[in-house]
Amino acid sequence: MKKSAFFGTIAAATFAAGFAAAGTLEDVQAAGELKCGVSTGLAGFALADANGVWDGFDVAVCRAVAAAVLGDGNAVKFVPTTGKTRFTALASGEVDVLARNTTWTFSRDVDLKFEFAGVNYYDGQGFMAPKALGVTSAKDLDGATVCIQTGTTTELNLADFFRSNNISYEPVPIETNAEAQAQYLAGACDVYTTDASGLASTRATFEAPDDHIVLPEIVSKEPLGPLVRHGDNNWGDIVRWTLNALITAEELGVTSANIAEHSANAGKNPEVNRLLGTEGDLGGMLGLDKAWASRAIAVNGNYGEIFEKNIGVNTPIGIARGLNASWTDGGLIYSAPFR
Amino acid sequence: MVDLSFVRKDIVPQRAAPLSEAGIVGWFRKNMFSDIPNTILTIIVLYFIISVLSSILPWVFSPTWYSGSLTECRSILAELGRDGHGGGGACWGVIRERWLQLLFGFYPSELYWRPILAFFLLGLALAPVLFEGASRKLLYLTAVYPFLCFWLIWGGSIWFPITVFAGFIIAYVGFVYVNKIAGSLSGVIASIVLPLIWWLFIVSPLSTMLFSILPIGSEAIDSDRLGGFMLAVLIGVTGIALSLPIGILLALGRQSDLPILKGVCVCFIEFIRGVPLITLLFVASTLLNIFLPPGSNFDLILRVMIMVTLFASAYMAEVVRGGLAALPKGQYEAADSLGLDYWKAQRLIIMPQALKISIPGIVSTFIGLFKDTTLVSIIGLLDPLGLSTNIRADMAWNGILWELYGFVGFIFFIFCFSMSRYSMYLERRLATGH
Amino acid sequence: MNAIPDPDKQGFKFSQLLYDTRYRSMTIQVVSLIALLLFFGWLISNTAANLATLGKPIQFKFLGEPSNYDINQRLLDYTSRDTHLRAGLMGLLNTLVLAFMGCITATVLGVAIGVMRLSKNWLVARVMTLYIEMFRNIPVLLWIIIVFSIMIETMPRPNQFRSGEASMKLLDSVAITNRGVYIPEPLFSNGLGDIYLLGASSLRFGISLDLIALLIVLFVGVFVSRKIKTSADKIQNETGVRPTTWWKRISVIIFPIILVLWALGFHLGYPELKGFNFKGGTYMRNSLIALWIALSLYTAAFIAENVRSGIQAVEKGQSEAAFALGISPGRTMNLIILPQALRIIIPPLISQYLNLTKNSSLAIAVGYMDLTGTLMGITLNQTGRELETVLMGMAIYLVISLAISSLMNWYNNSVKLVER
Repeated sequence: MKKSAFFGTIAAATFAAGFAAAGTLEDVQAAGELKCGVSTGLAGFALADANGVWDGFDVAVCRAVAAAVLGDGNAVKFVPTTGKTRFTALASGEVDVLARNTTWTFSRDVDLKFEFAGVNYYDGQGFMAPKALGVTSAKDLDGATVCIQTGTTTELNLADFFRSNNISYEPVPIETNAEAQAQYLAGACDVYTTDASGLASTRATFEAPDDHIVLPEIVSKEPLGPLVRHGDNNWGDIVRWTLNALITAEELGVTSANIAEHSANAGKNPEVNRLLGTEGDLGGMLGLDKAWASRAIAVNGNYGEIFEKNIGVNTPIGIARGLNASWTDGGLIYSAPFR
Repeated sequence: MVDLSFVRKDIVPQRAAPLSEAGIVGWFRKNMFSDIPNTILTIIVLYFIISVLSSILPWVFSPTWYSGSLTECRSILAELGRDGHGGGGACWGVIRERWLQLLFGFYPSELYWRPILAFFLLGLALAPVLFEGASRKLLYLTAVYPFLCFWLIWGGSIWFPITVFAGFIIAYVGFVYVNKIAGSLSGVIASIVLPLIWWLFIVSPLSTMLFSILPIGSEAIDSDRLGGFMLAVLIGVTGIALSLPIGILLALGRQSDLPILKGVCVCFIEFIRGVPLITLLFVASTLLNIFLPPGSNFDLILRVMIMVTLFASAYMAEVVRGGLAALPKGQYEAADSLGLDYWKAQRLIIMPQALKISIPGIVSTFIGLFKDTTLVSIIGLLDPLGLSTNIRADMAWNGILWELYGFVGFIFFIFCFSMSRYSMYLERRLATGH
Repeated sequence: MNAIPDPDKQGFKFSQLLYDTRYRSMTIQVVSLIALLLFFGWLISNTAANLATLGKPIQFKFLGEPSNYDINQRLLDYTSRDTHLRAGLMGLLNTLVLAFMGCITATVLGVAIGVMRLSKNWLVARVMTLYIEMFRNIPVLLWIIIVFSIMIETMPRPNQFRSGEASMKLLDSVAITNRGVYIPEPLFSNGLGDIYLLGASSLRFGISLDLIALLIVLFVGVFVSRKIKTSADKIQNETGVRPTTWWKRISVIIFPIILVLWALGFHLGYPELKGFNFKGGTYMRNSLIALWIALSLYTAAFIAENVRSGIQAVEKGQSEAAFALGISPGRTMNLIILPQALRIIIPPLISQYLNLTKNSSLAIAVGYMDLTGTLMGITLNQTGRELETVLMGMAIYLVISLAISSLMNWYNNSVKLVER
């Protein structure tokens, strides 16, 4: 009955494929939208509201790239991916860029053939436990039941940590954060482990956040960042430098409030001018126009603004900048210069 | 003549049954307390029912319809003096706030009329198939419906579905025309090759061209906005509708006496029936793009539909095969003795009867498939279960559980139960008895 | 079918391939086979091209690499240093255990409910109908999640046992917590140990010698008991008097086993609350329990329907004849109806077992580490070998399904009425 529509769509898809041999940038511009892989829902990082509008820290990166490339921060098609589907989605071209709390590791970069465009969040794996448990260090957790999200680097780190400290544990693998949270709150596991940012985000949604503590041990390095496929260096450059533009804007004091003013005329600071395209043509080198970075910054503001708006101390998530402060403030967020 | 009689001549008026046997009391005695084991069983079951209802009903009837978040709901319950930590009552506010989302996913709310219309038209299009009394003219709607539905849900240019539909007309015309001049086999080949050429090479440019000349269309909706029960129904209906023709062919192949063809069909059917649907969905989500030409890429929902169709067609083939096997041998022999060739015999004698017998099986396959659509939540599609996870990640409703599952389960129950009742009704109606 | 034409006398013509019914079917098959091979060739060449672009040629080397992750429920020894292959084996065993347990309980429940559904007691019949409709019309995934949530939300936490809010059941031998159920485990204080097979390879496994000893004694006991029965039959045939043998037959089975258990130093290990969790005893995780319960209840509803229709398919005359002979209703069901209904029930029962086994792959929704959780889950995620892992997983499920269906078909053939 519906056979025809089915074949027809396949035919159309095959046709679309015929034209798709060009670079990712051309594909995105031809489609008029950026396909961005995000998580299925993590408060503060990527979450769809009741109207299906996505918002969050990772989502902001997607919107910035879309603004730089297409001139519209809303021209993004968000593809929710699970831990299992995310890499395939990126490798098969289902998404153009993956911004989903993904840790930059050797094997993902080299063996899975992805290109990490940089780090937008320096994270580490931590543990959260109820205060009532009386645990002060992760080393006290001998014999504890630990909830972990599967499909992430966390379960590997966990195995390594407990093995190297020679203590036993009982892993409870869980697919989604919401599920892990439910189990943790019901006491089906003693501790919950994931990236410290995820812990903060989860803890913030609890009824009584103060009843839970995040243990001091950070057992791994988790540099999270957006990634693209190997092999299309120009596209990789666009994503990398969009992220760098957001970081540099914070460093140079360009915010969503003053960007219109800065972009209108060349100012005194030559680096601001180069960034916003009022001087030179850095955009042209990327295959974009001059105002690409100014549009990217205008959507959600600079890196600091994005951070504060989605996960900063004034939000329910309440994460302090810490390692993620600009290098000028003693953090690790550092962009290569625009010149 | 003495009027002598040894038996009573007139009938004694009927007396009411003794009170213990008649009326409600009698009914209870007979059906629930007929002997001691029965009485014990009844008491145990009654106790069970009462204890279940007494714990569930107060929870269900909870005046929290207008609460805007879990905390608000719990404070309402606490004010009423109930346990404010989940056990005291349901927080139905989440359903009030999100029920449209659970039904339609992220479909734009101002366009809800499109899926609703598509759903009603589905009822109309299925009417001639499902109910005997329905007007035969509706069959035209049935033929056009798939394209109409596609256009209503996804929107976009109207010319695309029209040109795709034209492929079928081309197939038919090609068959009739070539059949006349070059024989039936060439006719069959023409009816396969011509539309394929049409779909592969002409549809896309032609529909683009027509659209640029006469831009008739509606707002296009991306697949990622589809979700909730709409997605479940869409996947289920597409799967069944597409799997029916494939399933019939597979069943015929399995019944045929051509060894190679039979072997291929048996392998396909047994392979699909031997693996869990979730592995096929993994194939859809991770492997299908690898199997297709480099660079081809279509969205996850379409890929899922392809795998679900393959899955359903294996089961459908078995249902149809059951129908074929249930036909008395005399029907085949009668067709042969009339001198009908294979396809004519199938089309005129065998299939109409076999399919009629298989309709209950088809409906139960559909129920199974419809329930199995929940599995797509595991690969990240936002079906009702996937959406529940999403809603639970929202800060306002973090920790909500039973209300969502209850609602989703209730809707599934209504859908599936009514379909299974319908299939029972069909079974009774179709019991012609060979 | 067309009539077969007279044998052609003019020799073979090319057009005969199409128009001669003797050759036409061959032509069609060859053409469709070629088309099929071309299709597969097309798929394989696409796959090769795509994998070359991705730089991930098909290879199974990853199976020999350390898995680096832990599995909670492991039936054999396993650590995170073991290979991905062994992790997959753990998953496979977990799948099999779940499927086995589920099939047994689903059958017992299904038969009971199917019979009760036909009960003359109105209330019981209605409640069973309600049960069947509830479970048949709501997706099994939802049931799994619901049962799992009930486990987690309503059962006591381990530390509530310490504070006395909860207590252990059945003479302090069973602890039901929201992390799972702890039951006593059989222990042997002077056991014979295990023998290990396959050395240090990834497929190595140990077999408990205690278990083997018990099985041998059991088999010998059953064998002797059968011997006693046949000799009793013989005496009955010759003399017409049957000697009382039931106590002999039972004791030759039971006493040797008790003796062996005593010799091995059999005792039960009870769970005890230590640290964060209970220690000792057999730990059935809540994910296993939830899947077990949900799959059993769900499949039981379908089996009940099969049982009902099987029973109803037995002719009414059979039960009437039994009543006429004065056999009680219960015995009529056991001796007359069920054995006949069984023949009708078994074929659909096979497909229910297959469904249960396949549905066990939904374990992934509650974090039970079955085959989809290990090989097609964490291994896939960590190595990025989608093609290899998913195809291997599908092949394994296919083998399991084929094994179950051939086993059950064999059984079905052995109980089938031999028609003349």
